[in-house]
Amino acid sequence: MKILVCISKTPDTTSKIAFDSSNKKFVEDGVQFIMNPYDEWYALVRGLELKEQLGGQVDVIHVGDQNSESIIRKALAIGADAAIRIDHTPVDSFDTASQIAEIAKSRGYDLIFLGKETLDHNGSEVGGLVAGLLDWPYIAYASKLTQQNDTAIIESELEGGVRVIECKVPFVMSCAKGIAEQRIPNMMGIMNSKKKPLEVISPIASEAKIEIEKFELPSGKASVKMLSPDNIDELVDVFKNELKIL
Amino acid sequence: MIITVVEIQDNKIKKTSLEALSLASKISEIKGIKICAVCIGSDQLPVELGSYGADEVILPSAEALENDQITSLILQISKDKSASHIVLSLNSTGKNIASVLAAKLNAGLISGVIAVQAKGSDVTYTKNVFSGKATATYSIPNAVSVIAVSPNSIPVLSDKQKIATKLDTRFSIVPSKLKTLEKRIITGKTPLAEASIVVSAGRGLKDPSNWNIIEDLADLLGATTACSRPVSDIGWRPHHEHVGQTGLAIRPNVYIAIGISGAIQHLAGVNNSRKIIVINKDPEAPFFKAADYGICGDLFEIVPKLNEAIKKYKSNT
Ligand SMILES: Cc1cc2nc3c(=O)[nH]c(=O)nc-3n(C[C@H](O)[C@H](O)[C@H](O)COP(=O)(O)OP(=O)(O)OC[C@H]3O[C@@H](n4cnc5c(N)ncnc54)[C@H](O)[C@@H]3O)c2cc1C
Repeated sequence: MKILVCISKTPDTTSKIAFDSSNKKFVEDGVQFIMNPYDEWYALVRGLELKEQLGGQVDVIHVGDQNSESIIRKALAIGADAAIRIDHTPVDSFDTASQIAEIAKSRGYDLIFLGKETLDHNGSEVGGLVAGLLDWPYIAYASKLTQQNDTAIIESELEGGVRVIECKVPFVMSCAKGIAEQRIPNMMGIMNSKKKPLEVISPIASEAKIEIEKFELPSGKASVKMLSPDNIDELVDVFKNELKIL
Repeated sequence: MIITVVEIQDNKIKKTSLEALSLASKISEIKGIKICAVCIGSDQLPVELGSYGADEVILPSAEALENDQITSLILQISKDKSASHIVLSLNSTGKNIASVLAAKLNAGLISGVIAVQAKGSDVTYTKNVFSGKATATYSIPNAVSVIAVSPNSIPVLSDKQKIATKLDTRFSIVPSKLKTLEKRIITGKTPLAEASIVVSAGRGLKDPSNWNIIEDLADLLGATTACSRPVSDIGWRPHHEHVGQTGLAIRPNVYIAIGISGAIQHLAGVNNSRKIIVINKDPEAPFFKAADYGICGDLFEIVPKLNEAIKKYKSNT
């Protein structure tokens, strides 16, 4: 199996979220960037497990500038064989997907995996866009994958349950909880990662299809109204009169 | 023309599809363009579609379709109608088809939309970003837009005085590359993503056998149950109940958190709930800062008392 795993970078979950004075740009100063956890824990690890089961190769691809190199090295340390970085700051998810599809088109991958969404844009857009551009089937929010030769059985999200789907390679799959467990890179992996190939490729031309008007932080919540634990009727009253759920 | 995907299940229009139609209606008013609803899952015309804003209805097939077949149908119809907007829910179907459609239509894509506004004669779209910690508003200069609507975000309005016309144009169903072997429904209750009231519990419950008081409360309120991540990780509760950054992000009308500390990763999945009620014995629990109502005390005393009080109230009315 030749597997391509898309990795993106996102601010660490505990980062302070702030925007510049135009409210159009996220302020990156002092923000710790990490590999998007769903790409790392789910997509990459499931790719590595498949390679261990069936043989083959796992490449990671990232669209971003050279500040992302530590994230790419981490993916190699966890076990990816080689990395591709498209040297480009994407303008939107369509751009990211176009860059990835351009590479995937000519390199004979069987599978493309990525996380269910990123922690910053929360769009879950790139996977389906790549699939659409390549004309491959797309399965979103997969929580289980069993692969036999070129046939996969996938469990994916359905309201209140799961849908079990059969699909043949090639396909694109976005990965959610349950599909794999996080792997921590060991010393050996970290040492080896420095020797693994990291190819830097120029982007194809792109143009933005969507445009940011503004970012906004939520107006702070009015402070909590504390009710007495000894007078439960107060809460019943809130249920009844304010929330109207009784 | 706006194309809206309307899913019909057990002869009922899915609530998430009505939300998408309600959002499409707003776009239709701002842009002065019509809405064509494409019904998936039935060939019976739902007469009420007009009141939700549909001008035209296409009923391509009575059969259950795979996601890629739905994608292909919407593509054919979009081309036939020279559609400028495709609006659908970001429910499990939408997650599988919205972005694929955008690629095929070379469209501007925004998924997770929670509101639209007029900006002159144009439309801007707002969505949550940074795991609920901020919102972003976008415009789409592109000729074609694909808008995937976040479930439980748009009020459903049935106040339109339209009569939807059924169109008889035929579209072809392409063979699928996917084969659904089974749809396994895990809960009989309202799915968590669609629930309007959620009762959620965490490690403060101490033991899985203590969940009966949580389930009783949920039953009394007609709520769906959820849990924090550690609780599903150790197998006290099923995985599909896990909410938060790594689990499901939900936005019910009322979220009741019991014995959950309110870590930032938990809040990321629930902080868009309209009202939050927190029961926790630790006055310093971070969850109180995100709550609308709080009770500081021992859940093992409070929850059974609350259940009794609700029962009493219900038996008196
Ligand atoms: C990258 C990352 C992603 C994560 N994703 C998620 C996620 O998606 N969802 C999630 O939930 N967590 C997530 N976590 C974990 C999160 O950080 C917290 O550890 C977790 O939410 C804590 O769960 P809890 O509140 O149930 O348990 P605890 O933090 O142990 O809190 C238990 C609470 O119960 C209260 N309590 C105890 N006994 C009683 C009693 N008798 N009466 C009343 N109150 C009582 C305590 O005061 C305490 O506040 C993530 C962590 C990381 C690092």
